[in-house]
Amino acid sequence: MATAVQATVERENYLNVDYSLKSWLLTKDHKRIALLYLISITAMFFVGGFFAMLIRLELLTPAGDLVSSDTYNKLFTMHGVSMIFFFLIPSVPAVLGNFCIPLMIGAKDLAFPRLNLASWYIYMIGAIFALTSMLLGGVDTGWTFYTPFSTSYSNTHVIGTALGVFIAGFSSIFTGLNFIVTIHRMRAPGMTWNRMPLFCWSNYAASIIMVLGTPVVAITILLVALERLFHIGVFNPALGGDPLLFQHLFWFYSHPAVYIMILPGMGVISEIVPCFARKRIFGYEFVALASIAIAVLGFLVWAHHMFVAGISVYAALVFSLLTYLVAIPSAVKIFNWTATLYKGSITYDTPMLYAFGFIGLFTIGGLTGVFLASIGVDVHVTDTYFVVAHFHYVMVGGMVLAYMAGLHFWWPKITGKLYPEGWAKLSALFVFVGFNLTFFPQFILGYMGMPRRYHAYPPEFQVLNVLSTAGASVLAVGYVLPMIYFVWSLRYGKDAGPNPWNAVGLEWMTASPPPTQNFDVTPVVTWEAYDYEHQDEEVSVGH
Amino acid sequence: MDQQRETSTFGMWLFLVTEIMFFGGLFCAYLVYRATYYEAFVAGSQTMNIWLGATNTAVLICSSLSMAMAVRCAQTDKRKMMVILLLITIMFGAAFLGIKGVEYHEHWVNHQFPGPNFQFEGAEAAGVNPQNVQIYFSLYWAMTGLHALHMIIGIGLVTWIVIAGARGAYSPDYYSPVENVGLYWHFVDLVWIYLFPLLYLISKKHGG
Repeated sequence: MATAVQATVERENYLNVDYSLKSWLLTKDHKRIALLYLISITAMFFVGGFFAMLIRLELLTPAGDLVSSDTYNKLFTMHGVSMIFFFLIPSVPAVLGNFCIPLMIGAKDLAFPRLNLASWYIYMIGAIFALTSMLLGGVDTGWTFYTPFSTSYSNTHVIGTALGVFIAGFSSIFTGLNFIVTIHRMRAPGMTWNRMPLFCWSNYAASIIMVLGTPVVAITILLVALERLFHIGVFNPALGGDPLLFQHLFWFYSHPAVYIMILPGMGVISEIVPCFARKRIFGYEFVALASIAIAVLGFLVWAHHMFVAGISVYAALVFSLLTYLVAIPSAVKIFNWTATLYKGSITYDTPMLYAFGFIGLFTIGGLTGVFLASIGVDVHVTDTYFVVAHFHYVMVGGMVLAYMAGLHFWWPKITGKLYPEGWAKLSALFVFVGFNLTFFPQFILGYMGMPRRYHAYPPEFQVLNVLSTAGASVLAVGYVLPMIYFVWSLRYGKDAGPNPWNAVGLEWMTASPPPTQNFDVTPVVTWEAYDYEHQDEEVSVGH
Repeated sequence: MDQQRETSTFGMWLFLVTEIMFFGGLFCAYLVYRATYYEAFVAGSQTMNIWLGATNTAVLICSSLSMAMAVRCAQTDKRKMMVILLLITIMFGAAFLGIKGVEYHEHWVNHQFPGPNFQFEGAEAAGVNPQNVQIYFSLYWAMTGLHALHMIIGIGLVTWIVIAGARGAYSPDYYSPVENVGLYWHFVDLVWIYLFPLLYLISKKHGG
């Protein structure tokens, strides 16, 4: 290893093999496509973050003084659209999954490299549609596009935004399809299903949802656009249509979509916890199958978004019960990660800090989800900040922290450079404190009855709103810092070497950054995943 | 090579699953509204030209036969026959779209297109709300229109493999594009096999 680092001629890798713009824009290398995605979704993250910042600034004072109520409607809509469809859904799968899955299973690339590149272009076209609509004046329907407001009454750019979401949906379908085929057919010799890293399992489960769910929301959004253009009346009650049907079709995708977002994040945590506890994951099979169980059960709970929309009490009862069931596989994962920590030799590197943050915040987000699954509580807090806080605990406290954890974990592999550990720990602290300060007050606000989606509120809610806005600015620092030190590390970071964490996955057995073909020799796998005890024994014997 | 073929075919099957879900949303909407506005849906489907629909069904089944035979020819290295059969498939596909165009034209001149100009004569006689019949026609246009779009894409794909096939791109060792386009073609055919009874047949009254 030492000799390789000191070699005078720089080893050829996927980054330095060709510097031309064309070699990036026409690349079929999954690693380069992952970086294209990384740049695009980071841009969309900051677009969504910008809208969030304006929302929090407006809510600093009880009066609606910074923006008009119409503008406020647009702000939270565009925040939701950019964050959900253009950041959270592609985040872990399209960036980290794209980069890591072929490496983890010992393959040269994904099964369909050209389709992979096409999916990025499709994503970009969708993003351009959405961004153009925002620049032209935005959209105010909420990210859910509820009918008949979206089809008949809103005077904003619904069609452009809806088409953007529709188009971006196909990029997610193609990514999911690519992952499923890759995981089935491209595994290296000896890489059986039960030896596969859990990150692959959870991305596989998320891919199932992408492939089965996304087409349904695609056709739904297409019908919304048709209804707006031709007044076909499918969702407009004034024309005999049924707006509840829209909600059913929309949530049939959009509820499972939260599992598209969270499952790959859980996969990241399943990689990091064993590595920094130096132990095999507790109950591998249970964690793997819990991913599949979440994907399957996730398809059967969508109407819990509609408890107050006028569905029958019996339907509500069934959906409430099924929603409780999803908590079981999610809790299995939490228990297994915690059990993995037990008697482990834990180190607190940045990825592990984020992973700890994930476990705690996801637990709070998940448990409040169980509150909301019970119809009585849900009716009480529907459309309040309690719901807002709940899904931000899952999506930001869970998913974004997992994404940050993964980014810090695999950054040395992606770039071959180490980031400054001190700064990274500091920003992890900023994110954790800032996040809780932003969203915990919203649980209280919601329980006290502050409704979501209004730009003004009674003065007695101000203290908690000021806390929330203060937290948001701390959180913003926590997001900007990594941007700076990641870019800094590209030039000034120390060389990482192939395996800075002493981790056992196949991706750590090749150089950092990996060569274009990933492995010089196709690896043959003869060991179980997360074989840390064994590896550490070998290392200590070797010394 | 064998593994590559299986991989791309596996990918195609998965893609067809997404297509089923895509059309599934529309089928679901159809079933919901048919249950809600049963009489209006009966009145709407009375106006369908059952003979044009039946002819189109036959045309599509024939096109699937020629497509299947073309795939077989690709397997057994009969290049010339494969090209001829694919051209026949394109011809059947175009015939389907032509007949569909005649039907669309009829609906159009009869104001059976959703929107401000929608009219449905005989709504009073049938005792139904024309607005609800409009939903039938909205779904009719959306479902058959989306199907026609798939047919056009299918004809484009077949044209592509005819050109590549005539140049000798395929052999018994490598014919997965032919096989995959064939799978797609059969799928689009099968969608029509469901659309035809739902939109034309099941609400037809005897002697109506």
